[in-house]
Amino acid sequence: MSNATVVVVTSGKGGVGKTTTTAAIASALAKEGYQVCAIDFDVGLRNLDLIMGAERRVVFDLVNVVRGEASIKQALVRDKKLNNLYLLPASQTRDKDALTEEGVASVINELRMYFDWIVCDSPAGIERGATLAMRHADEAIIVSNPEVSSVRDCDRIIGLLDAKTKVAEDGGRMPKHLMITRYDTERAKTGDMLATDDVVDILSVPLIGVVPESKDVLKASNVGLPVTLSDENSPPAKAYLEATRRLLGEDIPVTIPEEKKGLFGKLFKGRAA
Amino acid sequence: MNILNFFGKRSESASVAKNRLQILLAHERADNGTDAALISSLREDILAVVAKKIDIDPDSVRLEMDRNGDVTTLGIDIELPSARAS
Repeated sequence: MSNATVVVVTSGKGGVGKTTTTAAIASALAKEGYQVCAIDFDVGLRNLDLIMGAERRVVFDLVNVVRGEASIKQALVRDKKLNNLYLLPASQTRDKDALTEEGVASVINELRMYFDWIVCDSPAGIERGATLAMRHADEAIIVSNPEVSSVRDCDRIIGLLDAKTKVAEDGGRMPKHLMITRYDTERAKTGDMLATDDVVDILSVPLIGVVPESKDVLKASNVGLPVTLSDENSPPAKAYLEATRRLLGEDIPVTIPEEKKGLFGKLFKGRAA
Repeated sequence: MNILNFFGKRSESASVAKNRLQILLAHERADNGTDAALISSLREDILAVVAKKIDIDPDSVRLEMDRNGDVTTLGIDIELPSARAS
């Protein structure tokens, strides 16, 4: 029996930061020395390859593997910087039924033999792609923005995690972690945005991290680097690195890293970039 | 407001993003799975040739493609059996 942990990154709603989170957490785990595989489950609309900067090197994908057209080893794309980090890309096919339950099960089972951590990037929605992404997970990271529709959709997803996953069907309870992204401290202070405590209260899922709204996330995606690799001192990178330590079992308080304010900070940050 | 914006300096990451997208989309618009088919058949042919001389594990042959602007490169990585095996 392997010791691999399968984590699904999910949210229900689109555009909240699942792919950014998947790339950031997978890279952070790899930096800790673990063998890590990130899987893109967004068949038809893959983007994890782009965020991880591997798009030019994708040949085979998850659907090729499920259909037996390529072996897993052939389809895995190794990261340019970290040689213990791999990506299993989604396919760009329009066929929504390309993934089968049995196919995904056998892919995950084989990956469990090679990797310590398998991070599954779920597509938005609650349909097949999303349920398959969470199906074999041992733990879930639920990504929410501090915003009403995102929180509501997370609640739906939590329901699915407790009903449609292997862990749930076997009578277990899926460990869940809440990742709040695009957080704006100023607006939370003035009461114009849900605060982290509000979201935690409503969803009753323990907080694993709070990622501040930051231009560094866009910058990292522009150049195709997970934000934890592009600038590890940036506020979002710090938040993700901290969350990763918590995922690894460390008991550390959640902080909300902030941008350095003040003219000098701005000047030097600008010059260095 | 950022003082650098005031002087009109444009961040470089945006042009990197544009360049990456242009390369990627050019390939995606043109490609109908031909890359994967090509790699598959190349892999089989290369395996057959190498297998004539050396006993290799098919799983230890990796083909990697890298699409650049004008050039696509193909890397072949064959793990040779260790000395004790030969």
